Amino acid sequence: MVLLLAAACVALVIGSLVSDQFAEQTVAGLATGGIFGSLALALVLIYRATEVINFAQGQMAMFTTYIAWQLMQWGIGYWGAFVLTLGIAFAGGVALLAFALGAVFVRDWTFERMGIKQAGGGVIAVVIVTIGMLILLEGAAAWIWSPEIKSFPSAFPTRPIRVGGVAFSIQDLGTIGVALGSVVVLWVFFQFTKVGLAMRAAALRPFAARLVGVRVNAMLALGWGLAAVLGAIAGLMIAPTIFLQPTMMDTILIYAFAAAVLGGIESPAGAVVGGLALGVVLNLLGTYVHFVTSELRLPVALGMLLIVLLIKPTGLFGHRVVRKV
Amino acid sequence: MGLLSMREVRLRFGGIVALDNVSLEVDEGRIVGLIGPNGAGKTTAFNVITRLYRPDEGEVEFDGKSLLRTPPYRIVKHGIARTFQNVEVFPTMTVLENVLVGAHASSRFEPEHRVRTRAEETLELVGLRALAERPAVGLPFGTLKRVELARALASQPRLLLLDEPAGGLNHEEVEELGGFIRRLRDELKLTVLLVEHHMSLVMKVSDWVHVLNFGRTIASGTPAEVQRDPTVIEAYLGGEIDAPAA
Repeated sequence: MVLLLAAACVALVIGSLVSDQFAEQTVAGLATGGIFGSLALALVLIYRATEVINFAQGQMAMFTTYIAWQLMQWGIGYWGAFVLTLGIAFAGGVALLAFALGAVFVRDWTFERMGIKQAGGGVIAVVIVTIGMLILLEGAAAWIWSPEIKSFPSAFPTRPIRVGGVAFSIQDLGTIGVALGSVVVLWVFFQFTKVGLAMRAAALRPFAARLVGVRVNAMLALGWGLAAVLGAIAGLMIAPTIFLQPTMMDTILIYAFAAAVLGGIESPAGAVVGGLALGVVLNLLGTYVHFVTSELRLPVALGMLLIVLLIKPTGLFGHRVVRKV
Repeated sequence: MGLLSMREVRLRFGGIVALDNVSLEVDEGRIVGLIGPNGAGKTTAFNVITRLYRPDEGEVEFDGKSLLRTPPYRIVKHGIARTFQNVEVFPTMTVLENVLVGAHASSRFEPEHRVRTRAEETLELVGLRALAERPAVGLPFGTLKRVELARALASQPRLLLLDEPAGGLNHEEVEELGGFIRRLRDELKLTVLLVEHHMSLVMKVSDWVHVLNFGRTIASGTPAEVQRDPTVIEAYLGGEIDAPAA
């Protein structure tokens, strides 16, 4: 698997040296791939922590991007709005988990009152709540800010820089930098900090973690908060290209799902690599294979997803989970 | 007055009475064996002490203070650590990381490099220093038991709850484990509550043995007393009390 990836990387580098257009398209692909990867990583974080697929992840990202836009309308500078938005996104992620768990609690309590016995279903109930949140957030955004398409400023200048004969857009390079930077920060956090270690413990074996002193619920909330921050970063990075609108993240979320499955839904590294690979492959196919028009990008992504599920259901980086029963 | 005391604890699951009026004292510095046939309520008792279950009635006190209002994640801060029957290590973490999670439970204001040293020393103690950087997943069951024991010890407990530590070990390893548990008590001044099916081990290391059957206490005394007790012998199907683990 590592060899295969290395071979793919070598092929990309050689192609880029041979052809200027190939180099440009690869970098542009990496930029969109970085965004797929960030959002896929957010999905993986939540899945690992709570075994929930968060269908509202894209809409959370969209909504926080609107908040950033609103802050800028009120006269706050780009980076000030950026930081504030990430803070708000974190609180929103925590609140969403609290809301979902609260909803499940109210349901169980009501059922108990009515004398209805029912077994568990906690995870599925939370997933359904996230689908509800998807619809709610999309509606709320259209209601508050109108469904009209708005332009969104970019953190980076749009002018290209030239290296040799190749023109790279600074925006693409910046997006790659931010996406990879946030992934590295997250990795360091999980690998080398006390809280990161406790979060991994809480996600892996909640009961045991509790009894070695980990506040599991606080850690899960932290996980949802961090995922929301990652999503917000993805939204802020893609908005200048695809413009601000309530449905802006709908297809991006599907690409992110494809990326997460491609890498293995339990693997953070897989999500990032899956995102980057998907971005590059789609961009190169769009450039060199003429029948893959922009309308066909999504079916191609879904086709890749299907093939992965058929050949290696655990994804490129996933492990088969064997449980003793 | 024991370090740990359960008084008249009752716990029901639907129609099943899992613990029926169980009273249990564990004196400081002692090794107490908790035995009984399958389904007697031994692990349930552990789960009550560590607050995974809330008893319907009764009191659980540690060091003179009630535990019933303590959330599970604070149990370890009070000085109680446990291991699990079916090992609950963190599979994708390395052996050292597993122990570090335990060490962090008692690391307030302690610099990280000191915590790390402490975790490494604990690994040394259980003889796993060489495996520190190996991921836990894929290690043999007996080794995982030791990882879990190290994780519990790293939190610097006063009371150690061991749930079938000899499960899956061979005869020699069981012998070795007995000596090790005694060393923990003598050198680290630990109090140990031990659930175990290997009767020879329990009878050899315990200062006191408590016997449960169908959620009730049927005997409590020194190993010699318990082994002669007719109700205990009957509970083990009138068979030999030295029966191997199920």
